[in-house]
Amino acid sequence: MGPSSDPPDPDKPPLLAVRGLVKHFTGARALDGVDFEVAAGEVHCLLGQNGAGKSTLIKVLAGAHEPDAGALLLDGRPVRVPSPHAALELGIVTIYQELDVVPGLRVYENVFLGHEHARAGWTRRRRMRAATADALRRLGHEEIRPDTELAHLSPASRQVVSLARALSRDARLIIMDEPSAALAGHEVDNLFRVIDDLRSAGLAVVYITHRLAEVRQIGDRVTVLKDGRTVASGLEARTTPDDELVRLMTGRKVGDAFPPRGVIPDDAPEVLRVEGLTRAGEFTDVSFSVRAGEIVGLAGLVGSGRSEILGAVYGATRPDAGEVTLDGRPLGLGDPAVAVRSGLGLAPEERKSQALLLDEAVYRNLSLASLRRYVSAGLIDRDREMADARAAIGSLDVRPAEPLREIRQLSGGNQQKVVVGRWLIRGCRVLLLDEPTRGVDVGARAELYALIRRLAGTGVGILLVSSEIPEVLGLADRVLVVRQGRVIADRAAESADEEQILSLLMKGSAL
Amino acid sequence: MRTVDPTATETRTPRAPSETVSRLSLVPKGPVLVLAVIVVAGALVSPYFATWSNVLTMLTSASVIGIISVGMTFVIISGGIDLSVGALVALTAVMATTAPVQEGGWVAMIAVALAFGLGAGLVNGLVITHGRIVPFIATLAMLVSARGLAEFISGGTPQTSLDETFNALGSAKLVGIPLPVWVFAAVVAVGWLLLNRTTFGRHTLALGGNLEAARLAGIRIRRHLVILYMLSGLTAAIASVLLTARLTSGSNAVGNLYELDAIAAVIIGGTRLAGGRGTIAGSVFGVLIFTVITNIFVLKNLETDVQNIAKGAIIVAAVLLQRRRAADT
Ligand SMILES: Nc1ncnc2c1ncn2[C@@H]1O[C@H](COP(=O)(O)OP(=O)(O)OP(=O)(O)O)[C@@H](O)[C@H]1O
Ligand SMILES: [Mg+2]
Repeated sequence: MGPSSDPPDPDKPPLLAVRGLVKHFTGARALDGVDFEVAAGEVHCLLGQNGAGKSTLIKVLAGAHEPDAGALLLDGRPVRVPSPHAALELGIVTIYQELDVVPGLRVYENVFLGHEHARAGWTRRRRMRAATADALRRLGHEEIRPDTELAHLSPASRQVVSLARALSRDARLIIMDEPSAALAGHEVDNLFRVIDDLRSAGLAVVYITHRLAEVRQIGDRVTVLKDGRTVASGLEARTTPDDELVRLMTGRKVGDAFPPRGVIPDDAPEVLRVEGLTRAGEFTDVSFSVRAGEIVGLAGLVGSGRSEILGAVYGATRPDAGEVTLDGRPLGLGDPAVAVRSGLGLAPEERKSQALLLDEAVYRNLSLASLRRYVSAGLIDRDREMADARAAIGSLDVRPAEPLREIRQLSGGNQQKVVVGRWLIRGCRVLLLDEPTRGVDVGARAELYALIRRLAGTGVGILLVSSEIPEVLGLADRVLVVRQGRVIADRAAESADEEQILSLLMKGSAL
Repeated sequence: MRTVDPTATETRTPRAPSETVSRLSLVPKGPVLVLAVIVVAGALVSPYFATWSNVLTMLTSASVIGIISVGMTFVIISGGIDLSVGALVALTAVMATTAPVQEGGWVAMIAVALAFGLGAGLVNGLVITHGRIVPFIATLAMLVSARGLAEFISGGTPQTSLDETFNALGSAKLVGIPLPVWVFAAVVAVGWLLLNRTTFGRHTLALGGNLEAARLAGIRIRRHLVILYMLSGLTAAIASVLLTARLTSGSNAVGNLYELDAIAAVIIGGTRLAGGRGTIAGSVFGVLIFTVITNIFVLKNLETDVQNIAKGAIIVAAVLLQRRRAADT
């Protein structure tokens, strides 16, 4: 799968050109003069730090935001995109960073939402089901049934459905805002196969990601945004060195991603012990333990049961059988309130639906699990609450660093930092992290890794789920491989290699 | 244990721009504006409107619905609704004025009213959390049963309250201001503190804002919901005591449709019906808007049917105004 070889024809106008785009929000300048071009038949990657303006740019293209200034040219002709409907009419299809599927509808209804196949007003369900099944097969997800209600699917599966929806549209330009953030390795391969097909069919694809490896694999050209401006455009995707891209994005050099592992003393106590945990249809007989100061990673495919295991340990769901012991004491199962009081914390997978109060200020999202600590004489001491929030904002580098800002106005990656920050403030014996770096940029990611490692250094046990195998291997001390709801391997992360883990989690055996 | 990175220094923490602060401010602008317009109109159409005694009359009549809407504000912010408050006013009024209770004097009368308010709220809460019945249905059922019970107990006839001290609660004045107004002010003050300065208030906002996130943050959802409906029952009972004292009788017919007045006041005050956002002050303004309009109509000798038509129009206008503001941001 290689990028297309023909260079874009210089005489032909690009499929889409953006000139001097400006978009202001109250108190924030999201876009401040963006230039950008995409040609038919290319995959154009958009890079930039959290808050650089990537999502805002594509929302303007998708008709979700009205720009304050600037021009959009389609085939060289100026166009206006006043509404999402207008964008679709022009053939611009967008997959947003935050899931926008409807939980109450079935999979196929979601896929065809807004452009149902119909004859004389009657929907043609059989056709829509078949087309949905076909799109899901292309994405390598035959197991998702077109008739399932979306509420029953995991966040990752919902992501796949939103991809299927984009594929079912008549598109000239498909924009994907961090589509791989919720996908595991081989699923990203499926996605790339699909993108390759789209490119061969002459479509243009705008691809946003924080993973540079993906840029190499699928991209043709790269545009870099920084603080709402284009700082480089039309870079060659395969040959521009990582250092150069990172420097353009951040304006500085980013050191080693993963902090050195600490030494866990032999007598470090077990802080978390899970025995025989089973939940029908999700996972079976799962047993493992985490010692104080240890980071244990769960590697597995989406749907293998990793997040479900985390959820059951935490009490978000009630397991059918098994026991969880925290600091040597049995933990009451099936109630997160009990888990939190006993010293557990969970940064869940899907920030918007599972973690954030979108209408509330950043500081209130940070302090949500720790409010009791600030109470004196029955009332919350706002100064102390605010001080903790400021400290967390500082150590996580949340931008803008304004505790009073509504969290809805933060970029995706910055919202994610707040999700993790909530538990840094609370302080836990054992912290469960489900995709903690989803959507977080390269620089902030390194800082988050360092923070997690320092946290472990203070004796906290950490259980980490990540779809990125390099992240699990780089950050964790020990890796558990989960396949079809069972833990099939337990390896020291240092000596494990990516190929080996990959083949374990896909085939169930090492090479 | 504090685990925020101790090495982090407090750098770069500029104050948020003022817009951000005002989004979180205490009194929503819309209802204040509407009230101001109506007050000016009132002063123009009637010379009696702006007199001190008329102001006191308005505040006194606002106090009953006002107190109920404080409890209702909490319930609606949490994402729920309480349709039973009007019926609970009737039930607690009847319970407090039965002959055996009256023998215990005013203390017993108040205690019984509050106990039944809290008890009915407890039942509402348990049916919702443990019976897993949506608040709309659960409290609708309570509405029907509570009114039925009130009629059963009272035999359908008003029960006169003979206790002088109790009756004085409805009419006595403290430094020139009627007691119900003081109670109203106190309930508002406590409600404001509870919502804005305590964990209880924050958790209420969290429940309405994102139930799953609140649950996963370790908030005891069920317990919290039960307490919320008890709070609403309690405010209905307090309102009922003041009303009963003023009428010097308890009847199963009082409090009719108070739930609608309270809900309308809360929504006009800017609280979102879906939960997660709202203010006590807004609800107070909502109640005052209704009271002032009613007062103007009474001063002008207009019939109640005209009043109701106007009330409906104001609900729509106020909500439209809010939506405009929401779209601006
Ligand atoms: N509705 C809004 N109101 C105010 N500010 C906003 C709003 N939406 C975005 N912003 C601000 O605009 C800037 C750009 O945000 P945007 O979401 O485009 O970033 P991004 O590049 O997509 O980042 P990420 O990689 O984290 O997703 C940020 O500073 C953000 O806080
Ligand atoms: Mg984004």
